Amino acid sequence: MLSGFPALSGLDLEIAQREVALLRGPNGAGKSTVLRLCAGLVPLESGTASVLGHDVEGDVVSVRRKVGILGHQTNLYEDLTVADNLKFWSSAARAPKVDLASVMDRVGLERRLGDVRVGSLSAGQRRRTAMAVLVARRPRLWLLDEPHAGLDQAGRDLLDGLVAEAVQVGVTVVMASHDHDRALAIATCVVDLAGGMNLAQVKSPESPTHASSTPGNPTGVDTAQPSSGPSSGPSTGPVPRRAPASSPVERSR
Amino acid sequence: MLTDARLVAGKDLRLEFRSRVTTTQVLPFVVAIVLLFGFAFEPDADLLVEVTPGLFWMTVLFASMLSIQRSFGIESADGVRDGLRLSGMNPSGIFLGKAAAVFVQLIAVEVVLGFTVTILYGAPIDGLGVLIVTALAATAALAGAGTMFGVLAAGLHGRETLLPLLFLPAVAPVLIAASQAHGLALAGDSGSGLRWSALLALFAVVYVSFGALAFGPLLEES
Repeated sequence: MLSGFPALSGLDLEIAQREVALLRGPNGAGKSTVLRLCAGLVPLESGTASVLGHDVEGDVVSVRRKVGILGHQTNLYEDLTVADNLKFWSSAARAPKVDLASVMDRVGLERRLGDVRVGSLSAGQRRRTAMAVLVARRPRLWLLDEPHAGLDQAGRDLLDGLVAEAVQVGVTVVMASHDHDRALAIATCVVDLAGGMNLAQVKSPESPTHASSTPGNPTGVDTAQPSSGPSSGPSTGPVPRRAPASSPVERSR
Repeated sequence: MLTDARLVAGKDLRLEFRSRVTTTQVLPFVVAIVLLFGFAFEPDADLLVEVTPGLFWMTVLFASMLSIQRSFGIESADGVRDGLRLSGMNPSGIFLGKAAAVFVQLIAVEVVLGFTVTILYGAPIDGLGVLIVTALAATAALAGAGTMFGVLAAGLHGRETLLPLLFLPAVAPVLIAASQAHGLALAGDSGSGLRWSALLALFAVVYVSFGALAFGPLLEES
């Protein structure tokens, strides 16, 4: 519920490990809310949600430690340097010690920027710093909200490369994007949302071969449908949903 | 929890070191207040010395509001608050770290303020031991209460005006006890001063304990 309005209703979604799921839909469809729900940042009023084998309501700390968000906001301290931010956020998440220089190299940040205040960086450099934090934290689930926004062509290519690399080491990615052409190129699964519920969940026709899904702890969200409200309606779309991977998510309504 | 507290305190102090808000804004603010009180009471220098403990702690109270607003202002920018929640850090650890950073900044302010009132008002420096114990206990209480109300106000509309409304009534007992202990120490009655300091220590324990417990729900809900 967001300001008394059911942001998600009747949503039934399951994403396997190493999947790159693209959430599509118009503004207000609930894409960002799904991402925030998966991170345990918005409460679940009814239904169940399990992320990486942890109940989002009952074990939110375990969920949050394993999840990283790259959203509209950078989640960076403007008065700290790039290096300070990287050290703080990776330490806070109890991530293994990382070589900051190599992380900065990986996201295309010049090393001299390590000692520069984030507030002095350009929007694109801040975005890259946020990507560096995401990489340094080493989360098992990446939640990307309009990840290509604010990045130049090279930055977009870089992000796609990071996603591909992450998936190869077992990371699962859920992203919301209006840049469908680019997002479809890396997505292995597409979920269409409207009015807070999923209309369809299908394999992406442009699914890259390197990111085939494997059994593991899937991410599953099942929001109970209220008896009334603007989002009430069927909970599944016309396209058959893929069978769940192992470690099935408990569902209840 | 203590690891998280150290991490957050270090981050907040590093932020202060990089931005220098305390040195460029809070310290000039407290010196300005001391000067203005001095102008207001100038015809009666004896009265100025007499009311020094109350003026000192009122000024510390004002400075603490600035420090607390700054402490949570930095967490409100660019989604950092969500970042803190997402970090999985222990909420009590975050509280202790933020309170510790405010504590350090306020102690620095009090040292400068102490020198300023001694030089400008001609206030005596007696009962230094009691003054130090009073300062430590009162500052811990202010930092604890301020951090608790700071996170509550930070998530609400009108947080700049809401914080004083919540914070000032809650720390009125701290102001009274600190002024009493300070006044008694200057008057040479260290025994009575220490009794007020003990009361301040009790306030500090209550505010810090309650804040450590309440911070998590307040961070999530407000």
